[in-house]
Amino acid sequence: MSDQPDNPIRTAIAEAIAENPTILFMKGNPDAPACGFSARTVGALQALHAPFAAVDILPDPRIRQELSAISGWPTIPQLFVDGELVGGADIVAEMYESGELADVLGVEEAGEEPVAPEVAATPAPMSIENRLN
Amino acid sequence: MPTAEDVRRSIENGIPGARVEVESPDDVHFSARVVAEAFVGLGRVQQHRLVYDTLGPGEPGGAIHALQLKTETP
Repeated sequence: MSDQPDNPIRTAIAEAIAENPTILFMKGNPDAPACGFSARTVGALQALHAPFAAVDILPDPRIRQELSAISGWPTIPQLFVDGELVGGADIVAEMYESGELADVLGVEEAGEEPVAPEVAATPAPMSIENRLN
Repeated sequence: MPTAEDVRRSIENGIPGARVEVESPDDVHFSARVVAEAFVGLGRVQQHRLVYDTLGPGEPGGAIHALQLKTETP
């Protein structure tokens, strides 16, 4: 296995993970998830009104390859908090149900009273491919 | 294409002593529940990695498009 010091995609992904306290790698974007697993995970984050950065892995297959190489995790979505892989769709759903996700994210658990959707934190879409020259 | 039975066997072979239930409506999407002593002391991410590792490289197990996974300790 050769180290590839000049791998701009891997570097961009690693920087994005380091720079964003909560970052979700997904298929599509939060407003239009392109996969049910990504949609479920976005839904859990939005239900908690947790701010998060989102990266669409679909524009370039190398994003997904490099992401999985970094994380050792084969599937999408992947949620990172403070640089650590929290999990994929199943784990995030389980942690949402148990209240652990709110703890990890440092937010209040979803209250009983529904909050107007416009109050929900708007995730900042981020494009790894745009960070490449 | 792998069947639910193939997936179950792969996980059981890879994690000796694990209790494994696998369902699949179409041999493409799988749902698995794995209870194993090997998970004790591990976080969920590590538990899921152990299972993925039994299914080979790629998007879990290559031919397996999607695996919904629940891991538990005995």
